[in-house]
Amino acid sequence: MKRLCVPILLFLLLSLLMGLAYFEVIDLYIQTIILFMGINIITSTSLNLVNGNMGEFSCGHAGFIAVGAYVSSVLSVALFTKSKIFGAPLLPPELAAYGFPFVLICGGIASALTGLLIAIPSFRTRDDYLAIITIAANYIIITAIINIDKIGGARGFMGMKRVIFAMEECAEIPWMVLWVFVFTVLTVIIIRRYMTSTYGKGVEAIRQDEVAAEIMSVNTNRIKLVTFMISSGLAGIAGGLYAHAVGYVNPKSFDILKSTEALVMVYLGGMGSITGSILSAVIFTLLLELLRPLQIIKWVAIPLLLIIIMQFRPEGIMGHRELSDIFPKLKKFYKFK
Amino acid sequence: MSLLEIKDLTQLFSGLCAVSELNLSLDERELVGLIGPNGAGKTTVFNIVSGYYQPSQGDIRFQGQSLAGLKPHKVSALGISRTFQNIRLWKEMSVLDNILVAQHYNLGYGLGGLFFRTPRYLKREKDIRHHAMELLEIFKIDKYAEEKPSNLPYGMQRKVEIVRALSADPKLLLLDEPAAGLQATDVSELIELIRWVFEQFDLTIWMIEHQMKVVMSLCSRISVIDFGRLIATGTPEEIQQNHEVIKAYLGDDQI
Repeated sequence: MKRLCVPILLFLLLSLLMGLAYFEVIDLYIQTIILFMGINIITSTSLNLVNGNMGEFSCGHAGFIAVGAYVSSVLSVALFTKSKIFGAPLLPPELAAYGFPFVLICGGIASALTGLLIAIPSFRTRDDYLAIITIAANYIIITAIINIDKIGGARGFMGMKRVIFAMEECAEIPWMVLWVFVFTVLTVIIIRRYMTSTYGKGVEAIRQDEVAAEIMSVNTNRIKLVTFMISSGLAGIAGGLYAHAVGYVNPKSFDILKSTEALVMVYLGGMGSITGSILSAVIFTLLLELLRPLQIIKWVAIPLLLIIIMQFRPEGIMGHRELSDIFPKLKKFYKFK
Repeated sequence: MSLLEIKDLTQLFSGLCAVSELNLSLDERELVGLIGPNGAGKTTVFNIVSGYYQPSQGDIRFQGQSLAGLKPHKVSALGISRTFQNIRLWKEMSVLDNILVAQHYNLGYGLGGLFFRTPRYLKREKDIRHHAMELLEIFKIDKYAEEKPSNLPYGMQRKVEIVRALSADPKLLLLDEPAAGLQATDVSELIELIRWVFEQFDLTIWMIEHQMKVVMSLCSRISVIDFGRLIATGTPEEIQQNHEVIKAYLGDDQI
């Protein structure tokens, strides 16, 4: 019972969402918000791994999202659709539905490798320096994209909607709802498995006392690299999903503001808490939509909210605890630690 | 063959000579003390042996293997484990998790196994957990397994730190001032604990200690350093009579 409870619940939720979207009970606007929720959950839980669990301060998460978004977009457009830039599809478009997850994973791998490239020099320094290096990396990535004319440069890159149409040729179901849901669940599983293993507990040890960790046989440099790569790789997957959900990417949408959004979600939810990051991603997405009528004032209201949270609850909503720590009865159904 | 051999060890910190031409060796199954006045370089020696500092000169051999250039986690995997002067447990992790993390030298699975939860991974995790619980039971602290170290009394934290060091199955255990900050009653308990550990486990214990009661009653051999130099070595009785040692601690009576 305990083992099956969460899978059944997730399956029911997925069928509900797919059903609602399929019979058009919820319109495209609501669907997009639901997609953004999933994407934001991936973004915040993955950033939480580095900032919350490992205690480093990465400020350039959007850079990795951008790499994933562009790599998977270019791949899927080149592989499955006829485009001006890449010409005829390299693979039959009918394969789009099955090929899409692989394309996403390729984007994730590209992001993870970018993460590795940035992590190697930055972990030789400490704390604040990682923050500076990641901000710099974010700008380098954005500037690089702007200067590659082949993928649209500053104008952005589009054509991903045609990939979605190609998928819908195969079967008329809301594909993006399915993939966002699947990859969100996968992300949470990956992070949870990582952090509950003895290997992953080394990450917590590094945050609490790095010297003691190294002396007690934890290979701190390697764990830091691995953790950073997992975090950036998952961010890349979030990017791929975002690009295909919106159907259009622009380098401007992955600038420092996007990184800040990710940071806000992590600090709102509580450092080092998976359920906290999930909760805050959902709340944050809803908040952004609710405050949309305020237009530009939205960006006054949200930072203000952050200041208020830091004043009255600096550890965030959950603060290093999981939902099952706060409501012990939930442990009957699942355990997060 | 000796377990640990320190040869002509010198450590310079930008001109300051913290340890100078130290020669020392430890045999297997020995309980040895390292004493000296404050700032004599005792902890520096421990930090070098555990790989935290790379020595400026000299060589350290452990079971015949040179430790030069090894990172601390490699050194501890070879079988050198230690505790710290100011307890360095991971304070926000449970006592059990503290022991678990110290098993990193011998996880026996890779990342693939971790993410796919292969049978090998599950078995190793179970074994590691079992080993940790067993140790906690031996030391009668299994009831604190889920407790955070910061909620335990100071003396208990010391004990947990010693258990954590032992959990890595060391051949050489370095104790850096285990009695520091303990109350008198806790100190006699600690002496019993260290003696018991020495009898039960197949290892050599090397400890730094300021409380003479602890060193004199436990150690079969004591080395004394002052200003980074070895000034005497011998049995507790010899050390107590040694003129150099008295001079280092109390000053010269010729003034």
